[in-house]
Amino acid sequence: MSKKLISVQVNGRTVEKAVEPRTLLVHFLREELSLTGVHIGCETSHCGACTVDVDGQSIKSCTVLAVQCDGSEVRTVEGLASGGVLHAVQEGFYKEHGLQCGFCTPGMLMRAQRFLLENPNPTEEEVRAGMAGNLCRCTGYQNIVKAVLYAAHKLQEKQEAAA
Amino acid sequence: MNAPAERATALAGIGESRLRKEDARFIQGKGNYVDDLKLPGMLHMDIVRAPVAHARIKKINKAAALAIPGVHAVLTADDLKPLKLHWMPTLAGDVQAVLADEKVHFQMQEVAVVVADDRYIAADAVEAVEVEYEELPAVVDPFAALQPGAPVLREDLAGKTEGAHGKRTHPNHIFTWEAGDKAAADAAFASASVKVRQKMLYPRVHPCPLETCGCVASFDPVRGELTTWMTSQAPHVVRTVVSMLSGLPESKVRIISPDIGGGFGNKVPIYPGYVCAIVASIVLGRPVKWVEDRVENISSTGFARDYHMDGELAATGDGRITGLRVNVVADHGAFDACADPSKYPAGLFHICSGSYDIPAAYCRVDGVYTNKAPGGVAYRCSFRVTEAVYLIERMVDVLAQKLNLDKAEIRRRNFIRKEQFPYRSAFGWEYDSGNHHDALEKVLTAVDYNALRAEQAAKRADPNSSTLMGIGLCTFTEIVGAGPSKMCDILGVGMFDSCEIRVHPTGSALARMGTISQGQGHQTTYAQIIATELGIPSEEIQVEEGDTSTAPYGLGTYGSRSTPVAGAAIAMAARKIHAKARKIAAHLLEVGEGDLDWEIDRFKVRGDDKRVKTMKEICWAAYHEPPPGLEPGLEAVHYYDPPNFTFPFGIYLAVVDVDKLTGETAVRRFYALDDCGTRINPMIIEGQIHGGLTEGYAVAMGQQMPFDAQGNLLGNTLMDYFLPTAVETPKWETDYTVTPSPHHPIGAKGVAESPHVGSIPCFTNAVVDAFAHLDVTHMEMPHTSWRVWKQIKQSGVS
Repeated sequence: MSKKLISVQVNGRTVEKAVEPRTLLVHFLREELSLTGVHIGCETSHCGACTVDVDGQSIKSCTVLAVQCDGSEVRTVEGLASGGVLHAVQEGFYKEHGLQCGFCTPGMLMRAQRFLLENPNPTEEEVRAGMAGNLCRCTGYQNIVKAVLYAAHKLQEKQEAAA
Repeated sequence: MNAPAERATALAGIGESRLRKEDARFIQGKGNYVDDLKLPGMLHMDIVRAPVAHARIKKINKAAALAIPGVHAVLTADDLKPLKLHWMPTLAGDVQAVLADEKVHFQMQEVAVVVADDRYIAADAVEAVEVEYEELPAVVDPFAALQPGAPVLREDLAGKTEGAHGKRTHPNHIFTWEAGDKAAADAAFASASVKVRQKMLYPRVHPCPLETCGCVASFDPVRGELTTWMTSQAPHVVRTVVSMLSGLPESKVRIISPDIGGGFGNKVPIYPGYVCAIVASIVLGRPVKWVEDRVENISSTGFARDYHMDGELAATGDGRITGLRVNVVADHGAFDACADPSKYPAGLFHICSGSYDIPAAYCRVDGVYTNKAPGGVAYRCSFRVTEAVYLIERMVDVLAQKLNLDKAEIRRRNFIRKEQFPYRSAFGWEYDSGNHHDALEKVLTAVDYNALRAEQAAKRADPNSSTLMGIGLCTFTEIVGAGPSKMCDILGVGMFDSCEIRVHPTGSALARMGTISQGQGHQTTYAQIIATELGIPSEEIQVEEGDTSTAPYGLGTYGSRSTPVAGAAIAMAARKIHAKARKIAAHLLEVGEGDLDWEIDRFKVRGDDKRVKTMKEICWAAYHEPPPGLEPGLEAVHYYDPPNFTFPFGIYLAVVDVDKLTGETAVRRFYALDDCGTRINPMIIEGQIHGGLTEGYAVAMGQQMPFDAQGNLLGNTLMDYFLPTAVETPKWETDYTVTPSPHHPIGAKGVAESPHVGSIPCFTNAVVDAFAHLDVTHMEMPHTSWRVWKQIKQSGVS
């Protein structure tokens, strides 16, 4: 199958690769770029384990073609911490025991950080609705909700300190 | 010197809500799951599966698939035959086709495998394999399967009237298994003033962990060694089986369970995909990866439950239960691949007398073949305990309704009293400990039970109420920690577990285990046990598991056995080290061992607080100047064979509001009190309980695997198969009591399965309770709005 050259910004780095038109974004990230934090749980966009940011939106990378992301900016869990400092959502999941087997976690974290950009000061119910595209089989969500609220609080504090 | 309390806290030992050691890698995308593995020259395997449930295979044409560039092999049963690998033994004493051998027994059965350069080419090749089927009538209902003249599924068993568990009475019959005393139970029923009977189906469900099953098999033809990374909850058992099947010495087989994305019993069995990937790697001399997709996972790997139960209770007029009888028809699918200890084809189902002092009891389970996928795994429970608890907790409610007794009161009247422990049940189990009465009162007080019942009565009396209110109780006892090897084995290997601890000269330690975490947080909690036993900070203790080449032999993690069995092995190994440390300390302090007292992390000379040796000093001495006659080093291995199971219990209460118009059931409140004995890490315990309750909610309220008459599974994607999101999931309230296990070295019992086992009947009891005043005694799971709405109509609720 003939390949198409694409250029994608991934975690701040420009990547140029020739891919088959049918290659899914999730396989491009995992297999071409070794970003194996992006997980595959269902291949049908139900579970959200493959959630990444594409151009400022939460996207389930199992149902998007890599060629559709030509020229896009993609962020994965590997690009979440910066300068050795964890992102507030990462810290929240750790502190509030928001993960167990860890398989859903990267998708949860990517959705959580995007959700908190969309709604920086959410209620518990808003967190539950905002995270409803991501399934977890281990935690029962209660601590995930706490983790996202922890991160919201932390990000607010940070913003107030900066202001 | 810090005060003892401060030093104890610094250790982060038993009882501390220590944050999890494994999280750092998971929150940064640095977990290492099977599908993350990439080896040089690695090929990808995919599976051709049967579209129909029962058929003869007339012809398989590989030519078109093999012609695709990048395809290396297509294997069928005929290719495996010369290796005698076209069938394999199951854990239940049956055999299972690795690749369908002349006949297909269930939809999505493995028919052929293709091996290609990448997963896309492999998927193309799957499409290109041509298989001709001649369809046969499918047998979907286990009762129909036992009818005279029913289509025979297992032609390979023709003429075999004895199975692994005794007599087979029909070609589709697998076994009859009985427990308890039938004559005594019958006598109790003959003389009983009150009798109730209820049939109930525990439907077929699937554990559905978020990560599907898969492996990377890598055979080194030069060294003759096989390494396989696998999503397995029991890597050592897999190594033994692979060695037996392949003929490779067990010392040349290495099974590694890396990070596992949830198991819940689904990753206990050995699946055809693993075997085929191993064969392909041996044949091709290259690493072969196989990772199934979600549809394959739900359709073909280990299901759970599928128990058609018929329960009866005999009682006195004031509600004292005098007898229990249970008959079960168990749908095992096409091959008996239940994951149970060898001697127990119905697992530990005979815990079904529950938390109650029932003098006479009998149960019988008949296993049956149908054209469905094999399995019968323990979905977040100890072998068939979920079915048992559902049965007895439903039956007690049915009896309460018959006698017009309050559902808490009937439990009070029948609980095993705390002074009766250790208690021998009519089925022969020795319950190690329990205190149900006090736990029940704690819950009833916490939720103000009387007020809830008063509110319910008011709602029932109010014709304008838009909802029906239900209050569900479940007061369960589990049996976990399999198990004493005199009773429990897997393929002949006793179900002990093991731990090896190495303490290094500078005072840190490494522990290696025969279990494997799938999210339970073993790296965190096991270290806490060692910290408390040896006075080494848990931060300085590394825990490794899942690699058969480094860990001592263990039976793995399932059936809530990690803490009861491996947790005990850790404590015992640590105590061996502690005993040696005492000798070293006595030598260093020039006193007798008996003159030393242990305090948190050091030995002190009794009566002289200034003369101490810390564990850190002792560790150095163990390698630097061991006492004369004592070998250097500070290591121990312990294989722990538990003297008994452990019996965690709990008291759960649910309040639901059923919308009279739509049948929607809202969980207003769920209060879960668990008693798992000694609590190692309360944070992790609470997390496990949240997760188990959520899985229980999913099972009770939405999960099922419906089949049509042709054996087609009608819901095998996450579009159809219910996994609740954060929106549907109720909010959980947790509580606890502590009744330590008297025979476990640290008194711990295991916890993670209780919330699944206990919550499911609690939900059903709550939903049925909403209709109890309308003479409804039972409603089948799952309690979807549609089903509940039908009950509303049937009961004439306006």
